[in-house]
Amino acid sequence: MRYNALSILKQGLTGNKGWTPVWREPDPKPEYDIVIIGGGGHGLATAYYLSNKFGIRNIAVVEKGWIGSGNVGRNTTLIRSNYLLEGNQPFYELSMKLWEGLEQDFNYNAMVSQRGILNLYHSDSQRDAYARRGNAMHLTGSGGVLLDEAQIREKCPYLDYDNARFPIKGALWQPRGGSVRHDAVAWGFARGADMQGVDILQNCEATGFQIEDGTCKGVETSRGLIRAKKIAVCVAGSSGRVMSMAGMRLPIESHVLQAFVSEGLKPVLPGVITFGAGHFYVSQSDKGGLVFGGDIDGYNTYAQRGNLPVVEDVTEGGMALMPMIGRARLLRMWGGLMDMSMDGSPFIDRTHIDGLYFNGGWCYGGFKATPASGFCYAHLLANDAPHPVATKLRLDRFRRGAPIDEKGAGPQPNLH
Amino acid sequence: MIINHPLLGPRDAAEFVYLGDANLINRPEGLGDNAEDAMYDHVYLRDNPAGIHRELWYHEQGDRSWLVVTRNTLTHEVTSVELARDVARSMGRSR
Ligand SMILES: Cc1cc2nc3c(=O)[nH]c(=O)nc-3n(C[C@H](O)[C@H](O)[C@H](O)COP(=O)(O)OP(=O)(O)OC[C@H]3O[C@@H](n4cnc5c(N)ncnc54)[C@H](O)[C@@H]3O)c2cc1C
Repeated sequence: MRYNALSILKQGLTGNKGWTPVWREPDPKPEYDIVIIGGGGHGLATAYYLSNKFGIRNIAVVEKGWIGSGNVGRNTTLIRSNYLLEGNQPFYELSMKLWEGLEQDFNYNAMVSQRGILNLYHSDSQRDAYARRGNAMHLTGSGGVLLDEAQIREKCPYLDYDNARFPIKGALWQPRGGSVRHDAVAWGFARGADMQGVDILQNCEATGFQIEDGTCKGVETSRGLIRAKKIAVCVAGSSGRVMSMAGMRLPIESHVLQAFVSEGLKPVLPGVITFGAGHFYVSQSDKGGLVFGGDIDGYNTYAQRGNLPVVEDVTEGGMALMPMIGRARLLRMWGGLMDMSMDGSPFIDRTHIDGLYFNGGWCYGGFKATPASGFCYAHLLANDAPHPVATKLRLDRFRRGAPIDEKGAGPQPNLH
Repeated sequence: MIINHPLLGPRDAAEFVYLGDANLINRPEGLGDNAEDAMYDHVYLRDNPAGIHRELWYHEQGDRSWLVVTRNTLTHEVTSVELARDVARSMGRSR
C-alpha cells in the first residue's frame, strides 16, 4: 500500500480500518541468495537497496529480537557530514544526500529535519581546526560556515558565553545537519524491502556459521539452518560476538554509550549544539524533549546499561554549556552497545572466508551513516567490489598502516 | 562499579583509567621471525568476549598501580582483582 494524502483521507472517512501491517511475518525458507544478519538500520537499509536498486530480491534479514530493538532505536538521531578525512567525508556526504531524498524514495515519513548543527569552539587552536574541517567539507560540497560569537548569540542567547574557563568564541555550522526519527528509519527500510519480497525474520538469532573448505554456505539460527550464497553480517555492537562464531577476531571492542531525554519543553534549541570543551551534545526532539549525551563509559561491555560517573560527566558538560538545562527534569536514560573500532572508523568489507561479508565498527556515529552503509554494503554484495566512497573502509587497513583516525588518538577504542 | 584494589580495598571505578584486554601486558618480541604478524595481532585485534574478561585498569587517581581485573562484560560483576605486576611475575617475567 502506498502512503499518500488521498489514502489518509480515505482511511479517515472509513474509520481507519483498512491499514494493513507494514511488513509480513514469513517463516524462513531453507535457502536464499543473500542472508543479512542483524535487523538494525544498516541491515534493513542493505536489504532495501539490494532489492530496490540492485535487483536482488531473494533475501532474508534475520534479527534476534524485533527490528529496531538495537541501536537504531536507541540513538540520539543526529545526522551530519562534517568529517575531515578522505576515507570518511565522501562516504558521509553520500549518506547526507541519501537522507535528503529518503522519504520520497521509500514512501515513508522519517521526519528528516535539517535544522543545522553547531560545533562550538572555545579557543584559537580549536577555531583553526574547525576552519580546516570546514574546508575539507567544502571539498565534498557538504557546506560549512564558520560563525563568530555574535552570530551564535543571535541563535542561542542562553549559552554560557562568558564562562571563565571555556568561553564560547564561535562555531562551525553545518546547516544541512539535523535529526531523523530513528525508528521510522528502521520501519521505512523494512517496509520498502518487504514490498520487494525480502523476508524479515524476527526472533531469529544467528547461532553459528556453516563453513566448508573456507566457504560460508549458511547460517544456523534459532529457527533452523538457512543456506545462502552470501551471508552479510551487520550486527553493530554484537560484531565481536557474532564474528567469533566464524573464528574471527576483529579490530573492535564493544562499549556502552548512554543517552538522556528531558521532559517536553517548548521549542528552544535551533538545531544540534555540541560543546567543544567537554563531551556533551544536545538537540530537541519533535515532542519537545531535550535529547543529549556525551562520552562512552569506556570499558568493554555487552550490558545495555552504563554507570553513574558518565551520567555525572555528561550533566556537568550540559551545565557548563547551557546552565538553564539544570531546570529541566530528566525523563529517561538508557544505553546501547557500540562497536568501537581501533581508529574510530567503520568497515564494509568481505572477509577471508568466501561468501562471508562484514559491516561494523560504527562506534557511536553509525546512525547518520545508515543509508550510505546500506547502499555501499548492497553494492559490495551485488558486485563483489566496494562502492567508490567506501574503498578505504577495509578490514586490513591496520595491517597496511592505513587507519582512518579522525581524532589521531591511536589504537585505543575508548578514546575515539 | 567498585574495584576491590588488592592494596587499598574497595575503590570507585571512576578513579581508574581503562586500557583494555589484559593480554596487552604480553608485548611480543619486536625483532622475532613473525614480529610483524604478532605485533599486528597484539596492537589491533581483540577477543572482545561477552562474559568473563580479564582487563587492565590503571589507578590514576590513587596509587598509580596497574591492575588486572576479571569482570563479566554481561553483568559488570568483578570477580577478581590482581596487581598486574604479580600477574606478569607469575608468568615468569622479571617485572
Ligand atoms: C545512546 C546512543 C546514541 C547514539 N547517537 C548517535 C547519533 O546521534 N548519531 C549517529 O550517527 N549515531 C549515533 N549512535 C550510533 C548508532 O546508533 C549506531 O552506530 C547504529 O545504529 C548501528 O547500526 P544498526 O542500526 O545497524 O545497529 P543495531 O540497530 O544495533 O542493529 C544490529 C542488530 O543486530 C541484531 N543482532 C545481534 N546479534 C545477532 C544475532 N546473533 N543474530 C541475529 N541478529 C543479531 C541486534 O538485535 C540488532 O537489532 C548512537 C548510539 C547510541 C547507543
